[in-house]
Amino acid sequence: MKLVYLGVILGPLFGGILAGLFGRQLGRTGAHTVTILGVAIAFALSLYSFYAHVWGGLPTFNEAVYTWAASDTFHFDIGFMIDHLTVLMMVVVTAVSLMVHIYSIGYMQDDPGYQRFFSYISLFTFSMLILVMANNLLQLFFGWEAVGLVSYLLIGFWYKKETAIFANLKAFIVNRIGDFGFLLGIAAILMYTNTLDYATFFDRLPTLTGVTVEYWPGAEWSLPTVIAMLLFIGAMGKSAQVPLHVWLPDSMEGPTPISALIHAATMVTAGIFMVARFSPLFEMSDAALSFIMVIGAITALFMGLVGFVQTDIKRVIAYSTLSQLGYMTVALGASAYSAAIFHLMTHAFFKALLFLAAGSVIIAMHHEQDMRKMGGLWKYMPITFVTFLVGSLALIGFPGTSGFFSKESIIMAVNGSSLPGASFAYWSLLLSVFITAFYTFRMFFLVFFGEGRMDAHTRSHLQESPKVVTIPLILLAIPALLIGLFAIKPLLYSGFFGQSISVLPGHDVLAAMQAHYHGAMAMILHGFVSLEFWLAMAGVGLAAVMYLALPKTLPALFARVLAVPKRILDGAYGFDDFNNVVFAGGARLLGRGLWRVGDVRVIDGWLVNGTANFIGFTAQHWRRIQTGYLYHYAFVMILGLIGLMTWIVFLR
Amino acid sequence: MISLSQFLIFGAILFSISVAGIFLNRKNVLVLLMAIELMLLAVNVNFIAFSHFFNDINGQIFVFFVLTVAAAEAAIGLAILVTLFRNRRTINVEDLTAMKG
Amino acid sequence: MTLYQFLFYAFASSAVISAIRVVTVKNPVHAALFLVLTFFSTALVWVLMEAEFLGIVLVLVYVGAVMVLFLFVVMMLDINLVPLREGFVRNLPVGMFVALVMVIELGFIVGPQSFGLSIYPAPTAAPAGVSNTLALGSELYTTFVYPFEIAAFILLVAIVAAISLAHRKREGVLYQNIDAQVRVRREDRMRIVKMASSTPKSAEATETKPSENRRNTP
Repeated sequence: MKLVYLGVILGPLFGGILAGLFGRQLGRTGAHTVTILGVAIAFALSLYSFYAHVWGGLPTFNEAVYTWAASDTFHFDIGFMIDHLTVLMMVVVTAVSLMVHIYSIGYMQDDPGYQRFFSYISLFTFSMLILVMANNLLQLFFGWEAVGLVSYLLIGFWYKKETAIFANLKAFIVNRIGDFGFLLGIAAILMYTNTLDYATFFDRLPTLTGVTVEYWPGAEWSLPTVIAMLLFIGAMGKSAQVPLHVWLPDSMEGPTPISALIHAATMVTAGIFMVARFSPLFEMSDAALSFIMVIGAITALFMGLVGFVQTDIKRVIAYSTLSQLGYMTVALGASAYSAAIFHLMTHAFFKALLFLAAGSVIIAMHHEQDMRKMGGLWKYMPITFVTFLVGSLALIGFPGTSGFFSKESIIMAVNGSSLPGASFAYWSLLLSVFITAFYTFRMFFLVFFGEGRMDAHTRSHLQESPKVVTIPLILLAIPALLIGLFAIKPLLYSGFFGQSISVLPGHDVLAAMQAHYHGAMAMILHGFVSLEFWLAMAGVGLAAVMYLALPKTLPALFARVLAVPKRILDGAYGFDDFNNVVFAGGARLLGRGLWRVGDVRVIDGWLVNGTANFIGFTAQHWRRIQTGYLYHYAFVMILGLIGLMTWIVFLR
Repeated sequence: MISLSQFLIFGAILFSISVAGIFLNRKNVLVLLMAIELMLLAVNVNFIAFSHFFNDINGQIFVFFVLTVAAAEAAIGLAILVTLFRNRRTINVEDLTAMKG
Repeated sequence: MTLYQFLFYAFASSAVISAIRVVTVKNPVHAALFLVLTFFSTALVWVLMEAEFLGIVLVLVYVGAVMVLFLFVVMMLDINLVPLREGFVRNLPVGMFVALVMVIELGFIVGPQSFGLSIYPAPTAAPAGVSNTLALGSELYTTFVYPFEIAAFILLVAIVAAISLAHRKREGVLYQNIDAQVRVRREDRMRIVKMASSTPKSAEATETKPSENRRNTP
């Protein structure tokens, strides 16, 4: 099996290297052939591993394949830990990645950076697989940083665009803040448990109970809380939780397939995966779980609200991604790790689908992303229309779709949680259901219904996208629609994750839910009469009234009446302005101060020139003792000699 | 018999005379060079005396090397002196103050 | 007083007196000659201490080479001695005082109380047939062979340095530069100038005339 796992990792790596270094020799066709081949191999082997582990009953694989460095008691290994959690992630990552690879043939058709693009996305797949398959924190961190790097490269893929460069820098810097916390967490783990290996770390976890860290006298924190918080700060950066979410909307500057693959389906869920992976640690700290839940609830509610006012089709989906990540985070906080991973999986499929469908729309619109210039597209591009509808229904949790099962489970889990903040999270999520439904269908109606607001030239060229674009859409629509139906029972209620995820009995909300679970069909039927369904329908209805029935008057009226809230939402609560003024401005102010005082005055003025001036001043006076007369020097030498001898004879 | 201390005092006297010579002839580079040769000679006397009394040949080896270096030093010193005289028409130390600070 | 003691005192006093003369005589030539005497006497003291080889070397190398070099230089340079003697009398008390202090202090250090016969008895004389040269040579060429080579190299460097310092390029001396003779090329010695065999007179006349005319007109 080791060879299979290696194959999963090395397929995309070789594809990426070949396309990256020999792109010119391979040509466009060659580049996408090798990369798709590499990812297809990875996908096939992932499916095989999934089969072997889930049905074949293969035990958890945890082995180092290569020792990078060994020092006394530490081992820095490159190794794999393959259990049910990992194989699930592997399949999701490679499946979405494969779809995106194929889709990109169509989307990137005319781009001069074609080979570079394929090289990057293959490298991304490699990094993401390293991340999920790691068996130690160092390798996890490597994958973590590598996906961050590729994300940076891809957001700035169109590097001649000023805004893209700004966005990728922003993504990189904001992620650094999260990574700093993550790195501190890893360091704390190394310091207190002397290991970076997952299994060893979990074995030694009980030794951390009751250990406290004192920041300053009187401020003692329990160590598991500190480590869990630090690790979660890393997850906040990567999974774009408030207040480190600011980079994700801007990351939409990258090509649309990237938004689908990296900024919706896989990379941003790395934080969710990491927390689930470290569930034994997080279970030790109620404080950290509460914190996670509250952060997730804030993200889910308020980032969804911003989606109301966005006009760029990709930014709407980006804000919905933020909101959905908030859902997953809340599930983690409620100790419903399985539900979080379940939502991660369904979200990966339906959000990738939505992004790719949006990309298809963008292709048809000649790279116009403003929804105010679209409309009535349903009759021109039926496949995109249907798949987009599937994605939207899954996103709002329409009963029967994949999103319904995962979202419903999360809401139920939060309702069952007894941690502080659980009720706040519950109401936030409920409200968020309405919000999600409204902005999703606002987008849907604006794009596909109503009158066409595009210019005549674009209108004359409107047509369905080519097959390389529509086939991945169809292939993604199937799991987006159906996977929840089949996966909910095994994932949530039959111990699929086994040892990978451990939950304290007191926290185990899913076990409580199991008593009320009577099969997927019963859940769907119940879904039609639940509060969530009616909230969602209310959102859809409001959107329909505003953008289908009265598109001319009602939105403008709302904008006038709710001018102040709209301005707040337009500015996305002022996070960007705050960061620009306080952090960036503050850093610039500090830098200028250090330059003026520290550099110019202290270092240049006192240390550099001061030293020279002092030496010059001293030398000006001391040069007088150099008379140049030979006998003066001889005389001094002899005096010294006599002094030395006197000391030896009389004084010693 | 002659004691070790008598040989050493002989060397000390030679050394002191050369030191006095440096004081007295402080303007004549030529005599200064001779005084230095005298100093080295005094040191060599000590080496040989110790070598003789301690019955250790290494002292004489050292003298051998001192002689070698002294010869080289004298040769170069005189060459510098000749060049100096050729350029400045004097060997008066009073006039050689190019290194004055 | 044994012969050994007599010889020591005789040679030592001769060396000390001539050393005093070295630093006091007016004429550098005399100083150099007194230095020769000092070396001679000291060499004999060394011989008394069974350092025969070094005694001979001192005479050969120092008296034969170095001191002759001194004499050469002294005689070669036309030195004005008067300014060099300035301040001799003024410095005499200081010099004598310093020398005296030194002798006394050195006497304290190396005096009989620390290096007397009772502490270090006189070594027994080496038996006949023992060669000081052999002993020195066998040490020098085995244990000290690398320092010996370095010393040789230092001497070589000294020779080169002395020559390069004192050597003077003379102007106006004719000598054969074989190097340049060998390297010379034909183009350096001979220049072939291409000339037209004849110029038509009429053409030249027509060309020069107008310009001359123009120049002459005011």
